[in-house]
Amino acid sequence: MGKRKSAALAAKSEKAEEKVMAKGKQHIKSPKRAPVENAESMAKRQREISVSEFFAKNRHLLGFDNPKKALLTTVKEAIDNSLDACEEAGILPEITVKLDRLSPKLKEPEVDAAAKDSGEEKVEKKGAKKGPIPTERFHLTIIDNGPGIVATQIGKIFGKLLYGSKFHRMKMSRGQQGIGISAAGMYGQMTTGKPMRIISKIPKEAKATFVELKIDTKTNKPEVLTEKETSWPHSSKSGTSVEITLEGRYQRGRQSVDEFILQNTLSNPHATFHFVDPDGQKFDYPRKINELPHLPSEIKPHPYGVELGRFHQMAMETSAKNLKKFMATDFSRVSDKVADEIFKQAGVKDMPMSKATHEQLNKIHEAIPKVSIMSPPTDCVVPIGEDLIVDTLKHQTKADFYTATTRSPSVYRGNPFVVECALAYGGELPGDEQMTVYRFANRVPLQFQPTACATNRVLTKMDWKNYGLNQSKNSLPTGPIAILIHVASVWVPFTSESKEAIADYPEIKQEIRLAVLECARQLSLHVSRARRAAEAERKANYIDTYIPFIGEALQEMLKLSDPQREKVVGTLRNTLEKAKLEGN
Amino acid sequence: MAKKSDAKADNKALTGINDTAREIYDKALKGQKPQLRMPVRALSNVKYEKKSGYLALTNQYKTRTLTYNTVKGFAQTLKMMSASKELIDTDDHASKREMYYISKNWGPARFDEQPESDTVMDDIEAMMCVNREQLRFLPEEKGGEVAGQLVVIDKDRDTGKPLKIDCTGFGSGAYSIPISVEHLEFQTKAKFILCIETAGMFQRLVAHNYWRKANCILISMGGVPTRATRRFVRRMADSMKTPVYTFVDGDPYGIANIYRTLKVGSGNAAHINEFFCVPQATFMGITPQDIIDYKLPTHPLKDVDIKRAKDAIKNDPFFQYHKPWVKAIEQMMKMGVRAEQQALAKHGLNYVMDEYLPQKIKHADKFLP
Repeated sequence: MGKRKSAALAAKSEKAEEKVMAKGKQHIKSPKRAPVENAESMAKRQREISVSEFFAKNRHLLGFDNPKKALLTTVKEAIDNSLDACEEAGILPEITVKLDRLSPKLKEPEVDAAAKDSGEEKVEKKGAKKGPIPTERFHLTIIDNGPGIVATQIGKIFGKLLYGSKFHRMKMSRGQQGIGISAAGMYGQMTTGKPMRIISKIPKEAKATFVELKIDTKTNKPEVLTEKETSWPHSSKSGTSVEITLEGRYQRGRQSVDEFILQNTLSNPHATFHFVDPDGQKFDYPRKINELPHLPSEIKPHPYGVELGRFHQMAMETSAKNLKKFMATDFSRVSDKVADEIFKQAGVKDMPMSKATHEQLNKIHEAIPKVSIMSPPTDCVVPIGEDLIVDTLKHQTKADFYTATTRSPSVYRGNPFVVECALAYGGELPGDEQMTVYRFANRVPLQFQPTACATNRVLTKMDWKNYGLNQSKNSLPTGPIAILIHVASVWVPFTSESKEAIADYPEIKQEIRLAVLECARQLSLHVSRARRAAEAERKANYIDTYIPFIGEALQEMLKLSDPQREKVVGTLRNTLEKAKLEGN
Repeated sequence: MAKKSDAKADNKALTGINDTAREIYDKALKGQKPQLRMPVRALSNVKYEKKSGYLALTNQYKTRTLTYNTVKGFAQTLKMMSASKELIDTDDHASKREMYYISKNWGPARFDEQPESDTVMDDIEAMMCVNREQLRFLPEEKGGEVAGQLVVIDKDRDTGKPLKIDCTGFGSGAYSIPISVEHLEFQTKAKFILCIETAGMFQRLVAHNYWRKANCILISMGGVPTRATRRFVRRMADSMKTPVYTFVDGDPYGIANIYRTLKVGSGNAAHINEFFCVPQATFMGITPQDIIDYKLPTHPLKDVDIKRAKDAIKNDPFFQYHKPWVKAIEQMMKMGVRAEQQALAKHGLNYVMDEYLPQKIKHADKFLP
């Protein structure tokens, strides 16, 4: 899958180049001015733009747009990597996150509520008005008990953007692009000038490797400052510890590091987390289950989801000798017969790869949608499971009613995905606030850009009034309700590289909608059951509450004795109870 | 306060309360669901006959059966009946507001807002076919005001001796009609009683001692007349055989609400209309024809006016009975305008007493019924 992404990235740097060219064009186009540039002088300035440099200038794309978010994103990338690594190695994860504050503590804003709904946008606006947002300096340490990293790879993994194992395959994992942790290190380096420090131990070595490195943003290459053997200071057989010094802002509450870790404990009940906050307070979240989730299998790309650029690239890189072999081995669900059908539609004959022209590949790609191809295997996506997401929600809310559903896997653009949803209702959930939505993608909590996310787009379009909730047009309903939505896929389509919101593909929205509807149906049953029970209760209470006053009034008016009064109250109560049972 | 009528009134209320309570008690002991039966209090349940002269209840009744849905209302009604009995027994009374506060002793059966207790009060009234004064519940509403050729004979509260109140002696002020008027007696040589809608018009006539010039009694109703005002005018007109003329705004509210209620009572209080109405009242003005004859400045009829006028023709047995009224209301709707009493000021501030009233009263036999 990484290849498709790399095509997209290539497109991005092409765009950057276009910008440079557009600048040139402007000069050429303005005839009144004497030309100050010519092709030669421009050529001197035209050079490759490294991805690292591009992202250094566009760090918001990766989620480093403000100090608070930058701190969170750094923690997030490190945790994602650790969890992925542990699971692949079959190790029950144990992760320690430690934040040390290196600068004087800034006062935490009174309420973070301003940033509550539209999230980070408001924070940015506030910052824009008041000048630069005050920052603090942190030393972040993240230690895991994962498989460790071979010494020679450490530099590349942490010191080179777009280097990683997840980029080049179709498999459900948290990290997808191989940008995250190196970008986090780069951010730290840019804001504090400090290098990243990594200690990693693999099980078969007795000693660990210590590496201190910087990223050369121009060449996108690691610049290793120190590399030496050291002893592994932790009890685990293997593991990796990453230290990054960075500027950031630590605030509790919504969209905080605390919240992110807490939500992670919920979507990863098999992992143990330890968190030491900047004030030295320690939080321990022991794992709730001792079983690793079923390891998702890797699949080949499905023809329906492959874009043209990627198709060409795959054709170039394939080890297959001829076209048919290429189609049948490099793609999911393409048999010889299907390949023949595609060739027939394309009007192309099977031939050695080397002979296939650009034109012919285009025709084949064009023909793919015309052929009916079986959906990709779906055992490659692993849901958290209905029981566990209900548990997750139970940890976050104190409600009367819980329900959950896991949909069968489905496919968008050739990518298998699965949606699950859990719903909590009533109890201590506030009745006068908007529905709380917990979003997860491949078990990673999503904390930003809720309104841009497919989940919220589905939820706001649904009619919640049927379930006794208030709802204004195109917004989340108000009432004692919380919803958790988890989308798992070999490739979760995010709206940006910072992986904050799920893009709204119709197929994904439809599955989300069906999942929520299933939960809502259960809710509806619960609500009417509860209503009936409350009604019966109310009637019984009503009778017991008011009949004595009838007795009292009759006694006053008719000068009844106490036994007479008690008798009439008794018979009236019986009469009414009987009528109630008869339903009137 | 004549002792006889007092005892009689008390009796009726007491008997009603006792009978109702007994009936409920007996039914309950038999294991049946007790019921409260009361006439439907609405225009749809009244008829009008010229002979009786008021909107009389017909025979629609609503029955409230004790179920879990009505148990609270039932308890409240019985508690209030009991409170009424207690008031009669101790010869005391409570205002509607006081009654609402008394209910605060009733625990969960208390009333949360006064309109709830007022409604229960009206229900009991209708159930017993008595008025709330007989139940010893008094309204807070202010009665009307009186000025002119009238002596009201009240009773000194301490000594019980008759107290003569001369309504010509209030200067620029006026005599206030008390909440309860049953004990009052009257002396007058006035030629007519003029019931006026607005305090403003009343003030103008009082300030110029119009009552002396015209030898009459002036009543300020201040909108729809209260029960006390209606009863006061009725008793005065009955005992003195004095004609009653009504002077209100020339709009559907003045006609269908103020005048109709004065003359024949209302739908909502149909059970007491018999006593709280003035059948001898006639309508002097402002008539739709006056608007034309006196070239009065007008305002267009609002939607609510038109609705009220249509309602009067369609649903009100009083107007339906009197063809001239149907014609007059139709005329107003056709004209599409209304005129206030004080519009007469267009012709000069004193035009109303120098020209309008004398001219109109000369032809009192032509007043609308």
